[in-house]
Amino acid sequence: MATGIRQTVSAALMSRWAKPAVFVAALLPMAWTFWLAGTGGLGAEPIAEGVRQTGLWALRFLLIALAVTPLRQLTRVPALARFRRMIGLFAFAYALLHVLTYVGIDQFFDWAAVWKDIVKRPYITVGMGAFVILTALAATSTNGMVKRLGGRRWRALHKTVFAAGLAGCFHYVMLVKGWQIPPFVYLAVFAGLVALRLAWASPWRIAVRAGRQPIFSRSGGD
Amino acid sequence: DAKTTVQPPDAKMDPVTPQKSATTYNNFYEFGTGKTDPSEYAGTLKTRPWEVVVDGEVGKPMTFGIEDLLKFPLEERIYRLRCVEAWSMVIPWVGFPLAEVLKRVEPTGAAKYVAFRTLHDPAQMPGQRLGVLNWPYTEGLRLDEAMHPLAILAVGMYGDVLPNQNGAPIRLVVPWKYGFKSIKSVVRITLTKDQPPTAWNRSQPFEYGFYANVNPDVDHPRWSQANERRVGDFFRRKTLAFNGYGEEVASLYSGMDLRKYF
Repeated sequence: MATGIRQTVSAALMSRWAKPAVFVAALLPMAWTFWLAGTGGLGAEPIAEGVRQTGLWALRFLLIALAVTPLRQLTRVPALARFRRMIGLFAFAYALLHVLTYVGIDQFFDWAAVWKDIVKRPYITVGMGAFVILTALAATSTNGMVKRLGGRRWRALHKTVFAAGLAGCFHYVMLVKGWQIPPFVYLAVFAGLVALRLAWASPWRIAVRAGRQPIFSRSGGD
Repeated sequence: DAKTTVQPPDAKMDPVTPQKSATTYNNFYEFGTGKTDPSEYAGTLKTRPWEVVVDGEVGKPMTFGIEDLLKFPLEERIYRLRCVEAWSMVIPWVGFPLAEVLKRVEPTGAAKYVAFRTLHDPAQMPGQRLGVLNWPYTEGLRLDEAMHPLAILAVGMYGDVLPNQNGAPIRLVVPWKYGFKSIKSVVRITLTKDQPPTAWNRSQPFEYGFYANVNPDVDHPRWSQANERRVGDFFRRKTLAFNGYGEEVASLYSGMDLRKYF
């Protein structure tokens, strides 16, 4: 990115309005879904469609959260990092809404049926696994928790976001009937984001950044 | 002009599903996998002229034009429709017993099964360009199931011509089986000696059996079949064995292990 543009974008991202703007933007899908639900816009099976939409948005926000760091590295705009936690928390918020819609509306708190679903239906098992991880990450997302856990342990815990991303994508792949394209698009985006990180962290990349010949060791990188 | 026969049941328990729901919430992957895709995109299907070839183990193979099929005495049948995805509807079909067509072609003694096939034409059915299933869609019944008076060929619903998204111009309706058995836009009916391959069974044999009778005691790997939500309802309701048509059809399966032949 050209230096001028990068400075402009960075300044905008650092402004006091940037976080509120992202916050409001991230609420729009929720508001839109509630609006549709209230006006009959969710179609013949509004409950099923509500579960579907909240799940899709959870997955989208999770992928956006995972995209922040590669995007920051590619564009060399460090200010992007300011938004990662908020976007990750929105992924959790939509996942929570997804689970609440399923448990509270679709199954109407039939806990026995929900438990049977979790243990018997692999796609729900996997989805619940992703939700448990996101819950742990949301609960430990505060600065206080980073301090309490210590940087290294906190980072190790928050690396499980990749397991949540993978589980979320597989949850979608496993629940559709036949061979459908959309879930594989999400899975491909996830794989691409992981590949970008691996490429960035590769010995070759480290060497290039350090202005040296490739060294085939990761020690001494960043 | 359909003569009405009273099929089901307690009208209070089973009010007819709003027509708009029945025509905008469809599984017809030939037009896309979204529930509203068929109602949005099925306009590309040309239902005239239309022919249905009936052949195989029969004395008199015949090709019926849709005009010929519309000459069978039509009647209204209000049936519950239970999708394998655990939602259900109540739909007033207009049609005639499948048995009427089968009798015309005089099945031979060797005929044991009936195979059905949907039109295969990606120009008219764009979803067939994607490999969601092995096209064309195929289905099958045992001959005695096919001859059962509850099994009908429908050409209309809600007193009107069958909309494209619901399987125009002619589709099968087998109310005691999951909806995917009720194949749409039929072009071929073939009587066979052996059990014919069926689309969903070929795609995922552990999930979709040949018989696919509605059965709350046999879970689908992805959906509990114990209950269902009637489209338009808030609460789920218990699913009935054979979708509530056990009195009429259970005898077809006497002695069979329905967990094995799911």
